[in-house]
Amino acid sequence: MSFMKKFKDRFKNKEETEEVSEKYKEGMKKTRNSFSGKINDLLARYRKVDEDFFEELEEILISADVGVMTVMDLIEELKMEVKRQNIKDTKEVKDVISEKLVDIYKGDDEESELLNLQEGQLSVILVVGVNGVGKTTSIGKLAHQLKQQGKQVVLAAGDTFRAGAIEQLEVWGERAGVDVVKQSAGSDPAAVIFDGIKAAKSRNADVLICDTAGRLQNKVNLMNELAKVKRVIEREVPGAPHEVLLVLDATTGQNALNQAKTFSEATNVSGIVLTKLDGTAKGGIVLAIRNELDIPVKYVGLGEQVEDLREFEALAFVYGLFADLLEEA
Amino acid sequence: MAFEGLADRLQSTIKKITGKGKVSEQDVKEMTREVRLALLEADVNFKVVKDLINRIKERAVGQEVMESLTPGQQVIKVVKEELTTLMGGEQSKIAVADRPPTVIMMVGLQGAGKTTTTGKLANFLRKKHNRSPLLVACDIYRPAAIQQLETLGKQLEMPVFSMGTETSPIEIATKAIEQAKEEHNDYVIIDTAGRLHVDHELMDELQQIKTNVKPDEIFLVVDSMTGQDAVNVAESFNEQLDISGVVLTKLDGDTRGGAALSIKAVTDKPIKFAGMGEKLDELEAFHPERMASRILGMGDVLTLIEKAQTNVDEKQAKALEEKMRTMSFTFDDFLEQMGQVKNMGPLDDLMAMIPGANKMKGLKNAQLDENQLVQVEAIIQSMTKKERQEPSIMNASRKKRIAKGSGTSVSQVNRLLKQFDEMKKMMKQMTNMQKGKKGKGMKFPFM
Repeated sequence: MSFMKKFKDRFKNKEETEEVSEKYKEGMKKTRNSFSGKINDLLARYRKVDEDFFEELEEILISADVGVMTVMDLIEELKMEVKRQNIKDTKEVKDVISEKLVDIYKGDDEESELLNLQEGQLSVILVVGVNGVGKTTSIGKLAHQLKQQGKQVVLAAGDTFRAGAIEQLEVWGERAGVDVVKQSAGSDPAAVIFDGIKAAKSRNADVLICDTAGRLQNKVNLMNELAKVKRVIEREVPGAPHEVLLVLDATTGQNALNQAKTFSEATNVSGIVLTKLDGTAKGGIVLAIRNELDIPVKYVGLGEQVEDLREFEALAFVYGLFADLLEEA
Repeated sequence: MAFEGLADRLQSTIKKITGKGKVSEQDVKEMTREVRLALLEADVNFKVVKDLINRIKERAVGQEVMESLTPGQQVIKVVKEELTTLMGGEQSKIAVADRPPTVIMMVGLQGAGKTTTTGKLANFLRKKHNRSPLLVACDIYRPAAIQQLETLGKQLEMPVFSMGTETSPIEIATKAIEQAKEEHNDYVIIDTAGRLHVDHELMDELQQIKTNVKPDEIFLVVDSMTGQDAVNVAESFNEQLDISGVVLTKLDGDTRGGAALSIKAVTDKPIKFAGMGEKLDELEAFHPERMASRILGMGDVLTLIEKAQTNVDEKQAKALEEKMRTMSFTFDDFLEQMGQVKNMGPLDDLMAMIPGANKMKGLKNAQLDENQLVQVEAIIQSMTKKERQEPSIMNASRKKRIAKGSGTSVSQVNRLLKQFDEMKKMMKQMTNMQKGKKGKGMKFPFM
């Protein structure tokens, strides 16, 4: 199958292919079990491709948090395809299904999955998201990884609202061995970020990562505050922020679309960090976001360890999701 | 406002059927299809949706509806009843142990809001039930989780029990209860670390805490934005710990909150509380019936009245009525009124509770700007006592001074004065109307 070939070509050697695919396969075991397992089960139970078959397929996709609109589109396309190719046997449908699903996931260029870091000058990364998605944890892990790559990193504790948030970032700073710029709880986040930029500049840092307080996207005042933080960064460092990362919890349902939309309006989100994908999370929402908003996923959280925050590999992700389907096909 | 999107969709669907004198099977089929999509888009679990739709169909095409005089209305009644049962029928209360302290354990996934809810719940118990809770920091894994609870404790001026990150949570919980007995705390709320329901090791730890402290309540804290997975999480926590109730958090977002609808149906455990904001007093007891009518856009007058009752002084209200009648309503009264309304909570939340308010033109998407209220307040506060009592003495130089003092412009001051004048006229008409004289008293300009 062409997908498997493409997937293997993606990496230089066999070991790397296996390492990456194993990581995704392992981390997304739960996701896959409940997803392609169900599809396989469905295919086994139905002999004929009929309305009932499509209805059940629809339910499987919806249960994986693939957006309702996206599912409806997909089912429509499948029905057309089945009619055109005159498919009656469910076994033949399988190829068409995996083809269509893969089509949505891939399709954007490789570049956009990498972080946009400037050589020889300060790169500013602003991290935003709703409450409890894992912003501070992701920043800690990211800082650790960048530091390992030999980059000089500074963190700015812009979450001045939640109790214990500054301390949490400090612990991560200690673990990663990077400086944390902070003020007292309750101070103006824009001022903290401003301090962070000054400190990063004077220390000749390569990367400044700015934490912000979690906020629900329908709180207009809080979103305005975020826009102000971004303006401060724009003013102090030309061309910055180089990345605005929206952190999304993979267990979130359809609301993730609203989050992506509203945060984009306020801060022009350049990439997504999808956390907690190692649960039974379905992560199907990525499909919907790809389909409707076209914001690339840059990192995924596949576990609690520092190295479990991985650069997003679209192909590996699809593989992780449909491994059983693809390997048998 | 939570559930807004769901409410919108359900309402427009239901509108089509409301006025109908006759409801055909085709009508019901169309409606249920729309309701199904609306619920799925709101993250209601697909199995739950299936059951619900089948029940609605059955009842709607059955005699119950067909033989009633207003079949359209009857269908809505069916939908509302089913939604209410789905969310748990009646509101349930929080447990009280025979011998204090009552022990409550908070469990859930990472980032659901356990620690914040622990603080809010403690505050709720003290405020509404006059209890003195002890908070226990058992999250030894996440960096600074203990500090977070300690900070909350400080804000609330409540004791927090912690033993650092080296002691096992089981020991911390046991010791905490001993201390609570000594210090006469009648509630103990144990904050545990967030964990995946599939993480056996950590789930084991919770079971051990449970066996050791024998909690009276185990609350599963669930993020209301969770998708289809909410049901699996709830099911799994329930199987392993036999939870006693659910707390929904972040309901003040724009989530359609389908998770809320599904959990009760699957676990048969009631939703007891809902987190409605970031502040420590923004935790509400969950009322299924009220929530169902909010979803269907029937408003939630009961909560509104309750809010008004706790925030508006009855004597003041009487005095105000008197003033309205005698036309002696002044800017001072106006200011006082504004203060009371503001105490009741964010304006758009209040609007959402008024039946039909979300259908009113202009109000629907209007971002009610609290800043405007602040401006009005500033203008009034920049007036002298005399000006507040007798706005008629206002002249150009006074207006200029007020505008300067409040940081607004003369035209803004003018606008407020005009509005105030119109308001007074309205009040007069309304009180005249109340006096009786059927029909004669109505002298609205638009009538």
